[in-house]
Amino acid sequence: MADLVSHPDEVKVISKRFSKGATNLDRYLELDGYKAVEKALAMTPDDIINLVKNSGLRGRGGAGFSTGMKWSFVPKQSAKPKYILCNGDESEPGTCKDRMIFEHDPHAVIEGVMIAGLAVGATQGYIYIRGEYRYLSIIMQKAIADAYARGFLGKNIFGSGKNFDVYWHGGAGAYEVGEESALMESLEGKRGIPRIRPPFPAVVGLWGGPTVINNAETLASVPHIMLGGAEWYAGLGTPKNGGTRLFCLSGHVNRPGVYELAMGYNLKKMIYDVGGGIPGGKKLKAVVPGGSSCPCLTADEIDVAMDFDSMMKAGSMLGSGGVVIVDETTCMVKFALRTMAFYQHESCGWCIPCREGTDWLKKTLKRFHSGGGVMKDIDNMQYLSENMLGRTFCPLGDAAAMPTIAFVKKFRKEFEAHLDGKPCPYEHVAEPVMA
Amino acid sequence: MKFSDEFEKRFREMLTHYPTKRSCLVPTLLYAQDEAGYLSDEVIAEIAGRLELTELDVRNVISYYSMLITKPRGKFDVQVCTNIACMLRGGEELLEHCSKKLGIGHKGTTPDGVFSLEEVECIGACSWAPAVQVNYDFHENLTIAKMDKILEEYKQKA
Repeated sequence: MADLVSHPDEVKVISKRFSKGATNLDRYLELDGYKAVEKALAMTPDDIINLVKNSGLRGRGGAGFSTGMKWSFVPKQSAKPKYILCNGDESEPGTCKDRMIFEHDPHAVIEGVMIAGLAVGATQGYIYIRGEYRYLSIIMQKAIADAYARGFLGKNIFGSGKNFDVYWHGGAGAYEVGEESALMESLEGKRGIPRIRPPFPAVVGLWGGPTVINNAETLASVPHIMLGGAEWYAGLGTPKNGGTRLFCLSGHVNRPGVYELAMGYNLKKMIYDVGGGIPGGKKLKAVVPGGSSCPCLTADEIDVAMDFDSMMKAGSMLGSGGVVIVDETTCMVKFALRTMAFYQHESCGWCIPCREGTDWLKKTLKRFHSGGGVMKDIDNMQYLSENMLGRTFCPLGDAAAMPTIAFVKKFRKEFEAHLDGKPCPYEHVAEPVMA
Repeated sequence: MKFSDEFEKRFREMLTHYPTKRSCLVPTLLYAQDEAGYLSDEVIAEIAGRLELTELDVRNVISYYSMLITKPRGKFDVQVCTNIACMLRGGEELLEHCSKKLGIGHKGTTPDGVFSLEEVECIGACSWAPAVQVNYDFHENLTIAKMDKILEEYKQKA
């Protein structure tokens, strides 16, 4: 069980039931549980979709696509069954937020799946939880069973004449399965190889039926929007970036933890006020603002609003909410190498630019960090990364290339300091910060 | 091949969750592995038969997922995360310490079969780094001293 933290600047929406015993169904009902579904049952599908559109809710998995818009792409009529698929295969390095939702508020996810189902005319939902989170799939299995026992799931839910089934599904260790099309392949019992798009999952998804795939945090936000209204939710954030989100502070920061802050919260304040600054009074070197696939920002680029559009303007991405803080003693070549080693390990090998690109980049960075680099490598790394962009079925190739381009561009001097067989200049400086 | 009653109950239930039998494959493999220790030829044949797949189909899936193994390992699998958030807070030092203490490297198993060691990718404990999973249990905000105590406790349990 992960420790909880809090800060006065937090706006608790998704996290308002954390540590309130809401895994217990009776307790959840006391805390406004399942009222959102009842409300949705009295609305038309179009009204639900418009409400979510107007709330400005955007996908919390990383891409930041409008949730209401995504739902509206599902065809009204379909010969095949429609499905809702909750993506709880959280595995972007730096991200540990869905874990908190499943641990403290599993029924909110179930409610979100049901409301999405009512909006698009689906009667079945799947909640996919990564294999490493075994204790969370146990919590979820119990939550689902409790909801069935009470008649909230199954036939004739809440006496509405409508049926809805929710199932859990467990993974077995694969980052790539967090990508929507690989997620469907995995659920269908196959290797998590991505599918080409179009057709998009909203039209041809699970077992060929139209499928809505949303991140667990996105779906857990939906019941709150149903009850609080679109205007209220949109007003919490910045224009076109509605609501709040869970930010996971990690790395060189005094108070790491998962904090719920309004969209558009200032990154500098997040690091220094919410996170309490850098341990030992050290200087900030870089921040990876939204999980390892997001281009890093340097210390003088952090006076920026943490919403999807502002981060895009700043040359990075809001991503999955994983804010990794890096102090001045860290070698960025090593950091780049560890990042690339991850992507090389996780590449499924289906698309050549990703399979070969991650491997070459890892090898080059490894050689470079150990003093075997030459000047030409620096430009080659950038060239290679740029040529991976947009040339793969799924965004894993982009996720590997984008941060690498930023590391090379923004920390070129550090790369150059490793040239001519010189030992890593940070090797004797960096000390791990242990609790 | 004999699995527990709990496994059988879960398996029967899972078959009703999907329009295709094959969809049960990934979670079923993991649960089977939890009981058998690893996915032996016998386990693979059994699951392939139950889901009407070829053994090749099943092996093809197994090789994709990092948690699925086809060779035995120790009773307690010590999985040390060294990905970026853990690296910044001592994940690599923790791995090196475990390696020295247990006398085994990445994916090695102690001669008494009690421990295996693995360097793993992000386990979703970034805000509580450095973190280790032993089988499915999370251990977070670790130090070398805490790690020693944890290993000692598992050794007692063995």
